[in-house]
Amino acid sequence: MSATDLPPLAPSPGPRIRAVHDEFHGDLLEVSMGPHHPSTHGVFRMNVTLDGETVMKLKPVFGYLHRNHEKIGENTSYLSSMPYTDRLDYLCSMTNNWAYALAVERLSGQAVPERAEYLRVILAELTRLLNHTCLAGFLLQDGGASGTPLMYAFREREKILDLFESLSGSRMMCNFQRFGGCRTDAPAGWLDSVRRLVDGYGKFLDEYEELLTGNEILMARTQRIGRLPAALAVSAGITGPMLRAAGVPYDLRKVEGYGFYPRFEFRVPIGADGDTYDRYMVRVLEMRESIKILQQALRGIPEGPVMDPKARLRGFRPKPGEVYSRIEGPKGEIGFYLISEGGPNPYRYRVRPPSLINLTLLEDLCLGHSIADAVVILGSIDIVLGEVDR
Amino acid sequence: MLGTGLLKGLGVTAKNLVGSFYDPKRFVTTQYPEERTKLPEAYRNFPFLVSESPEDPMGTLRCVACQICEKECPPQCIYIEKSRDKKPDANGKMQIYPAVFDIDTAVCMSCQICVEVCPFDAIKMDQVFEIAATDRFTGLLLDRQALAKPNSYFHQIHPTEAEEVDGRLAAARRAAEEKARAAAAAKAAAKAAPPAQPPAEAPKPAP
Amino acid sequence: METPEQIRDRILARFPGASVAVVPNPGPAAQHSLLAGADLGREIATFLRDDPVLRLDYCSNVTGVDWPKQGFLEVVYHLYSMALRHGPVILRMRTADRADQVTLPSLTPVWRSCEFQEREVYDLFGVVFAGHPDLRRILMWDEFKDHPMRKDYVEPDDYEWEPTPHGDILAKARRHYPAPAAGAEGKGNP
Repeated sequence: MSATDLPPLAPSPGPRIRAVHDEFHGDLLEVSMGPHHPSTHGVFRMNVTLDGETVMKLKPVFGYLHRNHEKIGENTSYLSSMPYTDRLDYLCSMTNNWAYALAVERLSGQAVPERAEYLRVILAELTRLLNHTCLAGFLLQDGGASGTPLMYAFREREKILDLFESLSGSRMMCNFQRFGGCRTDAPAGWLDSVRRLVDGYGKFLDEYEELLTGNEILMARTQRIGRLPAALAVSAGITGPMLRAAGVPYDLRKVEGYGFYPRFEFRVPIGADGDTYDRYMVRVLEMRESIKILQQALRGIPEGPVMDPKARLRGFRPKPGEVYSRIEGPKGEIGFYLISEGGPNPYRYRVRPPSLINLTLLEDLCLGHSIADAVVILGSIDIVLGEVDR
Repeated sequence: MLGTGLLKGLGVTAKNLVGSFYDPKRFVTTQYPEERTKLPEAYRNFPFLVSESPEDPMGTLRCVACQICEKECPPQCIYIEKSRDKKPDANGKMQIYPAVFDIDTAVCMSCQICVEVCPFDAIKMDQVFEIAATDRFTGLLLDRQALAKPNSYFHQIHPTEAEEVDGRLAAARRAAEEKARAAAAAKAAAKAAPPAQPPAEAPKPAP
Repeated sequence: METPEQIRDRILARFPGASVAVVPNPGPAAQHSLLAGADLGREIATFLRDDPVLRLDYCSNVTGVDWPKQGFLEVVYHLYSMALRHGPVILRMRTADRADQVTLPSLTPVWRSCEFQEREVYDLFGVVFAGHPDLRRILMWDEFKDHPMRKDYVEPDDYEWEPTPHGDILAKARRHYPAPAAGAEGKGNP
């Protein structure tokens, strides 16, 4: 859809509301949105100071889901920390697993066989599909489209979750990657099911876009809302689709080329305005690119082992050293920083959570907008509290 | 025209609404508990202990109480106490067995690490999920009796994995029997033949 | 991209007398880091961000590390460049001790992404960042005392007592609640 065949935009609500309020003299109202709130994506609280309906000040408060994951990581062996990484960003367990496995492999110099690398790319792109589908559904839910786009999104997400269940045994807490490859190989017929799903996903996206992308209500609610300038985004460490919607072409799959991503041809969508509508559209376009990557990976996946024969499951003690390694998760750059002193447990285990860093600018984006827009902006940042709080 | 986006969207919802009456792709709800979806073979919920025969589940547990699963379990939900005596296991070898083997399913996070590290294929993942209890503490703490299930049950829920495990254990048993037979034959041959003369001391080469 | 030794030399040329050293990193990853003194920390960070060869405009990760045996707390910054697509350059700063001289300069005025992460290091380790716009606890509640991620943190023992197989939790609860209720012993307790 090009910019020429969209209907003209509604005027931005900000300046009009300010003009009306200047005539009245009122007090500022402080509202605590959350932690029990259906639209805050988890136990998340925003202390909002309002002048009428306009946001004057916004302080995010979190820590309600803090489970001290990092201290558990210091007291648990490297292998036993893998199920805990599932529970960080609990929607995208496969990419969390891969980020941690990659960090430990870089720390210990462990090699990974080819089939495992292809399988990891397939699972990561499936995770990206399900995360962005979930986000599109929830963004519309927050905007008020009470349930219909959400249920259509979840209907498709269930198909991917069923694939994960038949591969790893669990829908969301997959615990599938190991240091040196994947835990098991794909059962017979699994790759064919993935091919069938991927071939049909484009049609689902077409139907979903027909429902949403040209929708005047969605455009009025999301265009020119929460504009993010590129320089501020870079300084604030924003990563992922939020950064690319602001116009900065930085995607770790291209910049760092971890795994086998350099073998696949795909484009990276960049936004023009940095507003909420761009963040939504960048994710929709990324889903289409993920389908392309999946088709290439499914064509090229070789036969072979999925686990390096020299990898050790128990008694794994990497040599002393430290490493920081990062991958492009669906929400942004998820990184793991590990310090090893040669023991069975890491000395320091740190997760760099994309959702937390992306929240740095929540106040900047919401100032001057109405409180209903604050909910939509939060929805477009795409946070998961399991990752923010760890 | 303003509103074409909305009309197209309404068309999509109408297609889904009408289609859900006759198209299985659009109506995806399983009417649980009258209908149940078929679980994939790899599905896992909580662990169980494998015993070789259903008639004597406690006596033929494969578990030898090595406590590796207890050490590797991330939330440490397994509690094992070794037995003082030994019992013959399914192969006839005298092994210690677990006198106490408790899994706290309120703590277990179904990660399957205990299954991966067990060297004896003694603990595997079960698939039962309709196990609500009325008491939060004792009702969810499964002991040896509740955990022991026969190998035939394992074949029922995870057929390919059970075949592979059985094949591997049978091959290991055959290899052990071969070794025992070869050792017995060598011992018998040594007893029958006269004792050989020790070879004369060869002169050591000069350094 | 330049090696850490070359970056150190250029920092010393720009700030003569600054304490900058290269900390080698054993192991296959080979991510060597720069140890900077706390006095010129912010100036060095600004230099790293604005230097046209490095242009490290993106601070990816801020980590706190507790070294009780060596007697200091350490903060590690992982810096990348989005403009020039290189990195990481790792910057470390150490406090003088773990008790009362725990102040380090905040790098939030240089990179906005340090804002929440430095708050987390303050909350969980106790490092005070001078110049941070809003230094207060982020993950624990505001009235919480002590710093949980330190190696010598002792957790409270007033747990809700539950009969579980975890012997050490039961032992701690017994110390806190001296006489457990009769008949409350569950199965499988040591």
